[in-house]
Amino acid sequence: MMDVIKNVFRTNIRQYGMIVALVLITLLFQFLSDGILLKPLNVTNLIQQNSYILVLAIGMVMVIITGHIDLSVGSVAAFVGALSAIMMVDYGMPFYAATVLSLLIGAAVGAWQGFWVAYVRIPSFIVTLAGMLLFRGLTMIVLNGQSIAPFPKAFQKISTGFLPDFGSNSVHMLTIVVGAALSLVTVVQELRSRRTQQKYGFDVLPMPWFVLKLAVMVAVINIFTFVLARYKGIPFILILLFALVVVYTFVMKRTVMGRHVYAIGGNEKAAKLSGVKTKKVTFWVFVNMGALAALSGLIYAARLNAATPKAGVNFELDAIAAAFIGGASASGGIGTVVGAIIGGLVMGVMNNGMSLIGLGIDWQQGIKGLVLLLAVSFDIYNKNKSGA
Amino acid sequence: MMDAILEMRRITKTFPGVKALENVNLKVRAGEIHALCGENGAGKSTLMKVLSGVYPHGSYEGEILFKGRICQFKDIKQSEQMGIVIIHQELALIPYLSIAENIFLGNEQKRGGFIDWNETFVKTKALLETVGLKEHPNTLIQSLGVGKQQLVEIAKALSKKVQLLILDEPTAALNEEDSENLLKLILQLKAQGISSIIISHKLNEIAKVADSITIIRDGKTIETLDMRADHVTEDRIIKGMVGRDLTNRYPERTPDIGETIFEVRNWNVYHPQQDRKVIDDVHFHIRRGEIVGIAGLMGAGRTELAMSIFGRSYGRQISGQIYKNGRELRIRTVSDAIDNGIAYVTEDRKQYGLILIDDIKRNITLANLVRISRNTVVNENEEFVVAETFRRKMNIKTPSVLQKTGNLSGGNQQKVVLSKWIFPNPISSCWTNRPGGSTSAPNMKSIRL
Repeated sequence: MMDVIKNVFRTNIRQYGMIVALVLITLLFQFLSDGILLKPLNVTNLIQQNSYILVLAIGMVMVIITGHIDLSVGSVAAFVGALSAIMMVDYGMPFYAATVLSLLIGAAVGAWQGFWVAYVRIPSFIVTLAGMLLFRGLTMIVLNGQSIAPFPKAFQKISTGFLPDFGSNSVHMLTIVVGAALSLVTVVQELRSRRTQQKYGFDVLPMPWFVLKLAVMVAVINIFTFVLARYKGIPFILILLFALVVVYTFVMKRTVMGRHVYAIGGNEKAAKLSGVKTKKVTFWVFVNMGALAALSGLIYAARLNAATPKAGVNFELDAIAAAFIGGASASGGIGTVVGAIIGGLVMGVMNNGMSLIGLGIDWQQGIKGLVLLLAVSFDIYNKNKSGA
Repeated sequence: MMDAILEMRRITKTFPGVKALENVNLKVRAGEIHALCGENGAGKSTLMKVLSGVYPHGSYEGEILFKGRICQFKDIKQSEQMGIVIIHQELALIPYLSIAENIFLGNEQKRGGFIDWNETFVKTKALLETVGLKEHPNTLIQSLGVGKQQLVEIAKALSKKVQLLILDEPTAALNEEDSENLLKLILQLKAQGISSIIISHKLNEIAKVADSITIIRDGKTIETLDMRADHVTEDRIIKGMVGRDLTNRYPERTPDIGETIFEVRNWNVYHPQQDRKVIDDVHFHIRRGEIVGIAGLMGAGRTELAMSIFGRSYGRQISGQIYKNGRELRIRTVSDAIDNGIAYVTEDRKQYGLILIDDIKRNITLANLVRISRNTVVNENEEFVVAETFRRKMNIKTPSVLQKTGNLSGGNQQKVVLSKWIFPNPISSCWTNRPGGSTSAPNMKSIRL
C-alpha cells in the first residue's frame, strides 16, 4: 500500500513540488506582512493584477512545449489594447463587437507569426523578436504616442467586475454557493475517474488516502471562496481564468491535438513520420497565442481604463518565467497549463508580498531572477536523479 | 599463452526495475581481437559503457582489471588515459570542424597555452596515413562518407595512445568495400599490439577477424570460445546467442502468396536540396502475404525510396503512381499513407522513430490516436490497456509502460517502434534495415509479422 502512495507521489513530484513551493512562499509573506497578504481585499487584488500574465502564460506554455518561444506577446497585447481603444473610444463601437474583433486581430497577428515559424521555418526567436519590435512600433503609431481613455463602463467590468449577489448580506452569498457547488462537482468527478480506473484494473489511492485527498480539495475550495466572499465575491476575471485553465488543460491532456503538440516538442521528425501535421499544429499554436495575447491586452486595458503605448512592456518575460518555473522544458515536449499557472502565481505572490513588506522594485527584480534560476535548477536536478 | 589485458569480473548493473547485467565476466587477452556477441538488448553496449566509464565506478557491482590493475573509472576521460577508447555506433564527430580539429578535440596540441596548428597538422597527417586516409587534415568532416568518418574515429583513438579499442557495431553503416577496409585496419592494428573488442551482428565478419568470442544473453555471460581451438561455426555462435539449436537460422515459414495488393510504378524522386535524381523510375509490386526485400548499398536510395512512398517524407518533385488492390492512391501526406495502411519502420529509431522523453504507451499510440479516442478526446485508460497488450505480446522488457522510451535498451526501443506500427494495422510496411541485417531473434520475429 505504501508502494502505491509512493508511486503516485513520485510520478507527480513536479506538480506537488510546485504547489508546496507556492504554499510556502504564501505562508512566508503572510507572516512577513503581518497577515495582510491573505486579507480578502488583497487576495482579490492578487487575482486581478496577475490575470493578464496568467492568460499569457497559458498560451506561452503551449508555445514552449512545441519547442518554440514567443517574445512578441507584450507588444501584441499593447497593440490590440490600443486598437480596441480606438474602436470603442474614438468610433463608439459597442464593447462586445470591439472585443470579438480585437480577439480576431490577435489571432491574425498570431497567424502572421505562425506562418513564418511553421511554413518558412524561421526560428521563432527571430520571428517573434521582429514581432516584438514591429507591434510595439505599430502601437505607438496608432496611438500617436498618446494614451486613449476612458473605456465604456461595460468594458471595464471585464477586469473590475464581480459576480452579483442576491439579498444584502455581510458576506457574498452567491460566492459561498459557488464554492459548495464546485466542491460537489469535484467530488463527483474524482469518484467517477476512480471508478473507471478500477474498472481497468489500475492502481488507485487506498480509500482513507483518497478521502483525505478529497477533504483537502474541498477545504481549499471553500476556504478560498469564503475569503473572496468576505470582500466583494468572485471577480469576473477569475471565472474567465478558471474557464481557460479547465479548457486548455483538457485540450492539452486529453485531446488528439494536445498529444500532437507534445509529440512535436518531443521529437518533431518522429512526430511527422507518425502522421502528425507538424506545420499545421505549430501554426495553430501561434494563432492561439496571438488570440490569448489579445485577450491579455484587453484585460490590461480594461483594468487600467486606458490604452497606453507603454502597456505590456516585459509581459513576455513574466509569461515565459511563469512557464519555466511551472516545469516547462526549454527544449520542448514538457510542461503543463496548470504548472504555468502555478508558476505565474509564485511570481505574482512574490511581487505582491515584496511590495507589501516595502521592498523596492530593484530588490524585487533581483529576487525574482534568482527564484527563476533556482526553480529550474531544482527541476533539472530532480530529472537527472530520476534519470540515472 | 598471452596474459589478459582486461578482465571484467562479476559485473552487475541494474537500471530502475531491470537487471541489465548480472555477474558478467569478460577476459580479453593482450593483442587479440575479441568479439562480443548477443541479441539486441542482451547487454553488450551496457557492458562496454561500464568498461569505458560512461557508467562511473559505484553505479555497478564487480571489478575491472586492466593490465593487472584494478580500475575505478569515474568518467570516459579516465579510461582514455589508461588507453581504453570506445567508438560508438553513432559517431561522435563534429561535422562543421575539420579532420584535424576533430582528432585533437579535447586533446589540443598546445604550446604556451595556444593551439599549435603546425604540430596538429603534422600529427594528423601521420595518423591519417596509418589508417589509410589520403584526405587533407583540413577537410571538413561533413564532406566525408560514413566509411571515412569511421576511419577518422580510429585515427582519433590512435592519437590517444589506445591499447584497447572498443568498436560498437563498426561496420553496421558501411558498405562491403568500406567494411573490408576497416576489418583489415583492425587486423593491422592487432599486428602493432593493439587489442580490440568488436561488437557486431555480422557473424561472417567476426569469423574472419576474431580470435575469441564472448557470448552474452539476457545480461549473463553464456560462454567464451576460442575461435582457433574450438572450431566455431556461425551456427554455433547463434546457438549461444539465442539459447537453442537453430536448424534454420530464419524462422520456418510457408508463405501463402496471393494476388498483387500494392504496386509502385514509374517512381521518381529528386534530392531535397541538390538537382539530382535520387530515385529513377522504380517499379515494384507486393503480393498478399509476401515479403519484398529492397537490397542495395548505403546511399543507393533504399531509405529514400521507402520514405518518399510513405507520404512524401523525403525529396521533392516526386512523380509516379501507387496502386493498392488495383486502385490508384493519392498519398500526399504521412497521414494519407497511414490511412491507406502503410507503415514505415525506420532504422534510425532515436531520430525518426521515437519520442525519447515520452513514455512507452504514448509512443505506441501516437500514429493511431484516432483509434483510442472519441470526438478527438483520447481515452487514456484504453491507451494503457493497448500499451500493456503490446508490452506482453512483443516482450518489451520494462517494469511498466509508463517508462520513458529513452531509458530502454536499443532492442527494446525497436520493439516499441514495431508496436507503434502494428497498432494501426498496416497492409504493407516498409522496413529499412541495414545491409546484411542483424540475425537476432527479435528481428526474425519482425520478419515473420
